[in-house]
Amino acid sequence: MEHDNNNDPLVIGGSVLQSRLFVGTGKYGSDAVIPEVCRASGSQVITVALRRVDMRAATGNVMQHIPKHMRLLPNTSGARDAEEAVRIARLARAAGCGNWIKIEVISDSRYLLPDGYQTARATEILAKEGFVVLPYMNPDLYVARDLENAGAAAVMPLGAPIGTNRGLRTKEMIGILIEEIGVPIVVDAGIGRPSEACEAMEMGADACLVNTAIATAGDPVAMAMAFGAAVRAGRQAFLAKAGPVLCGGADASSPLTGFLGEA
Amino acid sequence: MIIRVNGEQVECAENMPLRTFLEGRGLDVRSVVVEHNRSVVMTDAWEDVRLADGDELEILHFVGGG
Repeated sequence: MEHDNNNDPLVIGGSVLQSRLFVGTGKYGSDAVIPEVCRASGSQVITVALRRVDMRAATGNVMQHIPKHMRLLPNTSGARDAEEAVRIARLARAAGCGNWIKIEVISDSRYLLPDGYQTARATEILAKEGFVVLPYMNPDLYVARDLENAGAAAVMPLGAPIGTNRGLRTKEMIGILIEEIGVPIVVDAGIGRPSEACEAMEMGADACLVNTAIATAGDPVAMAMAFGAAVRAGRQAFLAKAGPVLCGGADASSPLTGFLGEA
Repeated sequence: MIIRVNGEQVECAENMPLRTFLEGRGLDVRSVVVEHNRSVVMTDAWEDVRLADGDELEILHFVGGG
């Protein structure tokens, strides 16, 4: 194996990605910082949302700030059932941003937790239509299997509720998905700190999607850089395979013989 | 005649091409995607779609999101 991760691409839907950090475009104080965030993070995948145009007020166009090399991952946020998610996905593709789609089906507005059944239904329909489907999901093994069977190109389990910066609260469950699910695991939502993204990658997650933690940082560009480094470090640690954990006692790293003054 | 645009009633001349309507609203036509009566209308078909009384339009664009 190579001793670096320069030759460790992530393949999703037949596309080869060198970066395992996906970034979002929501919540920035100014969208003008987005190109710098893309550069600093090294990310190649970026999420956007689709909303009604405000016919009364001129609004900015987030697309003008997204570098051309980035792969767009539109989400279906706002969808409350599978039909609405499918409708948004078709609109996004018609808008000319490719065939990747992040399925988000949410009818719970307090915790914004995804509906697994509706998500699987939408995934099945869209995968058959040729979309590369990345569903946002609770880290539930049965839902993940349904999504995989429905044709998901990856699954995106949440670490904590959206936008909370609370970290990897679902670590044990994500660990099960990493063991059991064949498609890439992209930890999405809740990651608040680079160390948490690093931990997810060390565990064997294939990628992380980070929006709020970067967008709401005091210095989003510096935080984007930190997340990029953390995801690379975590991936490299995973590939390096950590040594065993010793429970009880100690195991000297230095030889326990040949001390000065030994008889 | 009256059509519904993004959920609101709007006065519109009969048989107006969709393209004429959209351009008349000052929209940057390169950055929006349009649904006419629940069907996506690709940009090159905007000229062909003629608006009729009671039609529904959804006009959407990309915004920041995660």
